[in-house]
Amino acid sequence: MEKRGELISKLQEVQEKFGFISESEIKRLSDELEIFPVQIYEVITFYTQFRLTPPGKHKILVCQGTACHVMGGKDLLEYLKSKFEINEGETTPDGKFSLERVACLGCCGMAPVVVVDEDFYGRMTIQKIDEILKKYD
Amino acid sequence: MTEKKILICAGTSGISAGACEVFDKFKNLISKNSLKISVIKTGDRGLFRDVLVDVILDGKRTTYELVKPEDVDEIFEKHILNGEIVKRLTAKEEYENFFKPQMRIVLKNCGLIDPEDINDYIKTGGYKSLEKVLKQKPEEVIVEIKKSGLRGRGGAGFPTGLKWELARKSSDIEKFVICNADEGDPGAFMDRSILEGDPHSVIEGMIIAGYCIGANTGIIYCRAEYPVAIKRIKIAIKQAQEKNFLGEKIFNSNFSFKILLKQGAGAFVCGEETALIASLEGKRGMPRPRPPFPAQKGLWGKPTVINNVETLANIPRIIENGARWYSKIGTKKSKGTKVFALAGNIKNTGLVEIPMGTTIRELIFGPGGGMQNKRKKLKAVQIGGPSGGCIPESLIDTPIDYESITKTGAIMGSGGFIVMDESTCMVDITKFFLSFTVAESCGKCPPCRIGLKRMLEILEKITKGEGSKTDIEMLRELALMIKKTALCGLGNTAPNPVLTTLNYFLDEYMEHIEEKKCRAKVCVELLKFRVIEEKCKKCGLCFKACPVSAIEWEKGKIAKIINEKCIKCRACIKVCPWDAIE
Repeated sequence: MEKRGELISKLQEVQEKFGFISESEIKRLSDELEIFPVQIYEVITFYTQFRLTPPGKHKILVCQGTACHVMGGKDLLEYLKSKFEINEGETTPDGKFSLERVACLGCCGMAPVVVVDEDFYGRMTIQKIDEILKKYD
Repeated sequence: MTEKKILICAGTSGISAGACEVFDKFKNLISKNSLKISVIKTGDRGLFRDVLVDVILDGKRTTYELVKPEDVDEIFEKHILNGEIVKRLTAKEEYENFFKPQMRIVLKNCGLIDPEDINDYIKTGGYKSLEKVLKQKPEEVIVEIKKSGLRGRGGAGFPTGLKWELARKSSDIEKFVICNADEGDPGAFMDRSILEGDPHSVIEGMIIAGYCIGANTGIIYCRAEYPVAIKRIKIAIKQAQEKNFLGEKIFNSNFSFKILLKQGAGAFVCGEETALIASLEGKRGMPRPRPPFPAQKGLWGKPTVINNVETLANIPRIIENGARWYSKIGTKKSKGTKVFALAGNIKNTGLVEIPMGTTIRELIFGPGGGMQNKRKKLKAVQIGGPSGGCIPESLIDTPIDYESITKTGAIMGSGGFIVMDESTCMVDITKFFLSFTVAESCGKCPPCRIGLKRMLEILEKITKGEGSKTDIEMLRELALMIKKTALCGLGNTAPNPVLTTLNYFLDEYMEHIEEKKCRAKVCVELLKFRVIEEKCKKCGLCFKACPVSAIEWEKGKIAKIINEKCIKCRACIKVCPWDAIE
């Protein structure tokens, strides 16, 4: 197997450690795996998991799977966007929350789902989400 | 002495409902009182009435549902110490109704064994099939799998035995088995639950596949969004190595096999075989034309068999019970069972496994328990995710098998089964699926990259009330063209949601276009956000639900929406029991 096969796992490690993938890390990986930085960039920008800018202190993921959509996941996302006045993929100016959509978390039985950091919250409503976010400081 | 056990359902949804706290509390109480009862965390058993707890004492099993951490003391005091069942918390009739009509082959162990303990799996007969297979010739085993009639559960339904045979025939020395656990279909969670609840069955299936085709390396490609599954796969691989089910000279045969775990990075298209391979090679996940098929030229140009999680979990059972047994289950062309992930506006959400040939109606009103809101009528069922289609209420007597489902315009897919009632707008749901496939299109071939985008733009126009009649024709033309010309499965199937809804729900499209009306009250641009005074019962529910205080209401008075403040979040529409907001 070629070294390049390790690229995605390595990027995942970097992101796990720093929260995002910096230019210097790309340079380092390019030397280590003997591929051009552009070949790393194209992979980073292709996969939704990777980000090139630092995330907020807490990460809010709003599931936009089919079940969540039917049960009101889009309304939740729109609400949070207007509440924080940011778009998906962005971080609040105070750096506290970053807001992201996810295609499906595979726990459709508890739709609609919102994940804050590592905590899953099911059967979410606009009323409940405000309460929950207060817990994160 | 009979075994004393407490089983706690701790899959992703169980954990979010507090399964870990429940587990810790039981564990503490048991050790404090120095009792000999094992407390076990299991995977999801399928029904989401978390936390589910089974207490097994003296051979008698009692199931508790919706257990909260604060209930643990009561169950412990009364039931475990004094043998008195806590009636308040026992699983009700629905629990029975959910499980009774099912036939659990793949999910046999889910929720019943400890997925983090290989000995529990071995006790159920685990790895016996592997031992049996290693005494036979690979060709014989392939014949057995072919005879069973097993078809790929990832969606397309390609015969598994045939795929293996193709790879077996190749003379390359290096070959690969890949377990596709990149379950990207929104609305599907079968694979996650199997991996969380019974990871060893998948691993055993993979080793058997490796032996049959002559591969020594297996790779599990799992979504990074499934942390619990990933953790359990890692544990399972380690334990299987310790027992020498993985490694050199398995069961003293000449066969060696290792399994690596790779995490996907969030790209739906990587569920497609050739894209998955590109991703494993450290590239963008873009498909390439087939042939050559991966079974001939796959990962690093070597023959590669890619099987879905559920397909692999079927393998040990088929070997254990024989192809004849398996081929008796199901219909003529679709053998065995299929796991479905029930979700949406249905009463019992969760995982069900039913024999092929069961009708959609039987599934919804049997294990599904009927509609979630009895006052709302069933409108459609979405099968097969963004590649599938919407089957209308009038066709719910269709039997579930590959051919019958395809005939409706949907596809079997991997097992997503979303039930939709009148509160779902069919144009909006189509727009939803298309916006998903547009976002996930890899961009390689123009029909998918450009064609889907154009279709989405038309749907956006229609949901805003700016559509015209010619748009319908345009949609149909684009859909058929993309279906014919796209490079891979993603593009070929992406028009299915459009075509099925155009076929079955044209009237709803026309309503949006001609009357500027969305009967399901979903398309916000077509809504007025105004209280219909004749319908308002002055209950104040909308007032309480509004997150931005845009509703004026006092006891005994009709509510009023202040449109300047309203953010159109629809919270009021959802809570209003009187349908009084338009």
